[in-house]
Amino acid sequence: MAKKPDLLPGTLDMLILKTLTRAPLHGYGIAQHIKRISDDVLTVEEGSLYPALQRLLLQGWVKAEWKMTETNRRARYYTLTIEGRKQLGLEVSEFERMIAAIGRVLQDQEA
Amino acid sequence: MNRMEDVSMDWASGFFQRLKALIWRKRYRSELDEEMAFHRVETERELRSSGMKPSDARRAAMRQFGNAEQLKNGSTSVVSFRFEAVIQDLQFAFRQLRKNPGFALTAIAILSLGIGASVAIFGFVDGALIKPLPYSNPNRVMGVYETSTACPHCNLSYQDYLDWKKQNRVFQSLDVWTGGGILLPTPAGAEPVPAARVSDGFFHTLGVKPILGRDFYPGESAPDKPRTTLLSYATWQNRFNGDRSVIGRSLTVDSGTYTIIGVLPPDFQFAPKGRADFWMTLHDPTGCEQRRSCHDLNGVGRLNDDASVATADADMKAIAARLELQYPDSNLGQGAIVLPLATVITGDIKPVLLVLLGGATLLLLIACINVASLVLVRAESRKREMAVRGALGASRSRMIGQFATEGAALVALSTLLGLCLAGFGMQALTSLLPKPALDSMPYLQGLHLNLHCVLFAMLLAVLAAALFSITPLLRLPLGRVIDGLQEGGRGYAGRSWRSLGANLVVLELATAMVLLAGAGLLSKSFYKLLHVDLHFAPDHLAMITVQAPDATYGKAPQSLKLDHELMRRISALPGVISVGLASDPPLTCRCDTTWFRILGHPWHGEHNDVPERDVTPDYFKMLRSRVISGREFTESEDSTKARTVIINSALAKQFFPNEDPIGKKIGGLDLSKDSLHEIVGVVEDVREAQLDAELIPAIYYPMYQEPSDFIVVLVRTSQSPESMLPLLSATVHQIDPGIGVSNPTTMDQQIDDSQTAAIHRSAAYLVGGFAALALLLGVVGLYGVIAYSVSQRTREIGVRMALGAPRGSVYGMILREAGLLTVLGIALGVGASLGVATLMSKLLFGVAAWDIENLTGVALLLGCFALLASFLPARRAAGVDPAEALRTE
Repeated sequence: MAKKPDLLPGTLDMLILKTLTRAPLHGYGIAQHIKRISDDVLTVEEGSLYPALQRLLLQGWVKAEWKMTETNRRARYYTLTIEGRKQLGLEVSEFERMIAAIGRVLQDQEA
Repeated sequence: MNRMEDVSMDWASGFFQRLKALIWRKRYRSELDEEMAFHRVETERELRSSGMKPSDARRAAMRQFGNAEQLKNGSTSVVSFRFEAVIQDLQFAFRQLRKNPGFALTAIAILSLGIGASVAIFGFVDGALIKPLPYSNPNRVMGVYETSTACPHCNLSYQDYLDWKKQNRVFQSLDVWTGGGILLPTPAGAEPVPAARVSDGFFHTLGVKPILGRDFYPGESAPDKPRTTLLSYATWQNRFNGDRSVIGRSLTVDSGTYTIIGVLPPDFQFAPKGRADFWMTLHDPTGCEQRRSCHDLNGVGRLNDDASVATADADMKAIAARLELQYPDSNLGQGAIVLPLATVITGDIKPVLLVLLGGATLLLLIACINVASLVLVRAESRKREMAVRGALGASRSRMIGQFATEGAALVALSTLLGLCLAGFGMQALTSLLPKPALDSMPYLQGLHLNLHCVLFAMLLAVLAAALFSITPLLRLPLGRVIDGLQEGGRGYAGRSWRSLGANLVVLELATAMVLLAGAGLLSKSFYKLLHVDLHFAPDHLAMITVQAPDATYGKAPQSLKLDHELMRRISALPGVISVGLASDPPLTCRCDTTWFRILGHPWHGEHNDVPERDVTPDYFKMLRSRVISGREFTESEDSTKARTVIINSALAKQFFPNEDPIGKKIGGLDLSKDSLHEIVGVVEDVREAQLDAELIPAIYYPMYQEPSDFIVVLVRTSQSPESMLPLLSATVHQIDPGIGVSNPTTMDQQIDDSQTAAIHRSAAYLVGGFAALALLLGVVGLYGVIAYSVSQRTREIGVRMALGAPRGSVYGMILREAGLLTVLGIALGVGASLGVATLMSKLLFGVAAWDIENLTGVALLLGCFALLASFLPARRAAGVDPAEALRTE
C-alpha cells in the first residue's frame, strides 16, 4: 500500500468539524467527503479518524446517534454541537493566521 | 460563559463520557465494532462499484483498514481511564505469576531474602548512624576529653574542668558526668543500682528536659545545696509504678538522702554511660576530684553558634597548653580534644555496620542478578507470545507496560515479604546481642521497622522493578513481529542470551567471591580474638561484684576485715579451689590508671600512665598466670608492713630493659616517702584491657595494704562456675545483708558478652550467612546458564556425537565453558575482595587483608561448588542420544 501524505498535524479535528457543518454524517461519510472535496489529496486513515471522533465526543464538540442510512443500514451519525461550532471558528482563525504567517515567510525568501 | 467555567465543563463532560464508556464497556466496544464494520463494508462496496472483483475488493478493504483490534484499542484508549490498562496489566501479571509458580516462587523467595537482609541491616544503620541522638540539635553536642600520649581520649580532672569551663569561648555550656553506683535498700537486702553523677547543667547541655518535675538548677552541684536526683523513665515506671506524686519524695541510699526532683523522658539514653537509673549532681567532690592530677570525669559541651568542631578543638588545646605551664606537676603532657558526641558514641560500631550494609547490598545485588536472569529466560520463552500479541494488535508501549507491570508485581510481593523478614530479622539480631553489649549501645534497643526502613525498602523496590522491566526489553523482538514468529529465530536469540547470561554469571560469582573472602577474614578474626593469649585461664572462673556501703566499710580496718571475711567464707565453700579479690577483674578496660616514676631513674616530668589493680595474695596463682620472677603478695602484707608492688613483664621490659626490677622502688611523681613501693615480683602480662587491645604495662598493689569497699571476687571452681553464682551471693549477704552484690557472671560469659566479642561475632556470623547465600545463588546462577546452554545446544551436541565425538570431549566442552566463567568470576572476585578487605581492615584482628590462606581457601571452595554445578548439565550433555537429538529439532 502506497504511503499517502500525512495531514498537517492538528488539522484533522478541524476538517472533521468543518465537514459536519453541512449535515450530520457517519465516519465513512466524513472520510469520503474530505477525500472528495480535496480531490483525493487528503486521505483520512481509519486509525486516526475513530480516535479523533472519540476525542471530539469527549470534548462535547460533537454528538453521536444511531440512524439508518439511505441503504437501510444502521450507522452512527455525528452532529456538530454549539460548542463544536465555536471551536471550529477558533481553530479556523488560528489556522488561517498560521498559513498567512507561513506564506509571508515563503514570499520573503522568493524576493 | 467565561473561560474557567468552560474548562471545567469540558472536563466534567469528558469525565462522565469516560465513566459511561467504562460502565458500558461491552456496549461501547460492540458499537465501535459495528461502526467499523460499516466502514469496511462501505469501502468494499465502493471498490466493487469501481469495477473490482468482489473477493479482491473485500481483501483490499480489509488491508486498507489494517489491524482492526489495534484501531479499536486506539479509540478505546481515548475514552478510557489510564488505570484501566494498569489494572488489566496487573491482572495479567498475577495470572502469569500464578501460571508459573516455580518461577514466581523462586524469584520472590530470592528477592525477598535479599531485600529483607538489606532492610534489616539498614534498620541498624539507621538506629546507630542516621537517627540522631535523642537530644535537641544533637550535632552541636561535643564530647570533650583530655589527651596524653598513652591515652588519646582520656577522662578529665575536676580541677582542669573548672578552668576549661571558665576560660573557653566556644561552648554555650560545658558539663561533666561520671558513672557511680548506689546501694538501694530493698527488703531483700541492699541492691546495687547503676547511677551517674553529673554537673548541674548536664541535661541543659544535652537539650533534654524532664517530662515531670524540674531539671537541676545552676549551682545545685555545690556541696552545701540539698542532695537531689532525677529518675530515668524506666526507673520511675518499674520502681515507683509511674506515680506522679514521686516528685519531692526523699530516697535514702548508701551515699545519703536525696530528694527526687524529676523524671527523664522515655526516649532519653546516654550511650557513653550505658544504663543509669538515678542521675545525681556531683555534689560531694570525691578525693580524686579534689586533686588536679586525678582524672575521673567526662566532658560534654554544646557549641556556640559561631563555633565549629575545629575551632572548639583549637580553643581547648590552647587552654590545656596554658594549664601545662601553670601546673607542670600535674598537667605536663595533658592535651585536649573535642569530638562530636555522635562520633564518640558510634565510632566503635560504625565500621562493622558499614561492612554489614555492604555485605547485605552485595547479597541483594546477587539476588537481583539471579532474578534478572530468570526473567530473561522467561522473556526468551515468551518471545513467541509477544510476537503473537504484537501481530494481534498489541501496541509497543502496551507490551512494554506489560513487562513493567510484571516486574513491578514481582518486586511488590517480594518487598512486602522482605519487609516482614526484615522485621523478624531485626528482632532476631537484637536478641542475639548479649545484654551487656546492648546496654552500652542503647541506640540499638527497641529497634523496629520504622518509616526510614520502609522508605529504604521502597527505594530498593523501585530500583529492582526498573531493572526487571528493562531486562526483558533488551531481548524482545518488539516491532520485529516476523522474527519472533519464525521458528528459525530461536537459535540466534539463544546464543545472544547466553552471552548476556554468561556476563551476569561472572558478575555473580565475583560478588559471591567477595562476600566469601570477607566472611573468611571476619571468621578468622573472630577465631583469633577468642583464642588470643589471655595469660590466664578463663575457664572455671566465677565472678561477683561486691559493693559495701561507705558508711560502714569506708575506713581501712572495717574494709580489711570484710576482705578477710570474704576470703575465709568463700574459700570454705564446697567446689571452690581458690579465691582472689581485685579492684577490677582481667579484661575490664584500660582504665583506673595511675602515674608512677622509678626511684633512681632519670625523669623529665613525663606521666607514665598505667592501669593499677589491687589484688589479694596468690591472686596470680588463682588466675593460673605465671610469676616470672620474685614472689606474690603474702597474707601478712598489710598496712603495718613495708609497701610492696608487683609489675607485669611489659612494664619490666619497658622500664627496666637491662636490669632486674626486683628490689627497685617506684612511687608517685613527687617520690614522697609514703608513695614508695618496693617491687617484689614480675608476672605475666595478664590481659587487663579489652580482648583486642594491645598488651600494656600494669601495676598490682596488695589489696590488704589499701583495702576498699568496692571489690570483685574471683573464684576458681572445680565444678561449673555458673552453678556457684547463687551460693556466692548468698555467702556475701550472710556477712552483711547491707552489702550489695551485682554482676554475677563467669569469665567465659564476660568474654562472650563483651562489646568487642559481640561486634566481631555478629560481623562474622552475618557476613558468613550472606556469603553462604551468595555462594548458593551464584552457583545456582552458573548452573542455570550452563544448563540453558546445554539445552540450546542439544542439536549441535547430537551432530558432534553422530560424527564420532567421544563422550569425554562433550564433557570437556561443557566443563570448559563453565570453567572459563568460574575462573573469570574468581579472578575478578579476588581483585575486588583485596580492595574490600583493605577497606574493612579496621575490623580485622590478627589477620592481614592480604591473607593468602583465606583467599585460596575461598577460591577453592567456590571452584568446587562451581564444578559441581556444571557437572550436572555436562553429564546431561554427554548423555544425549544423537539420534534422539537430531529427530526432536
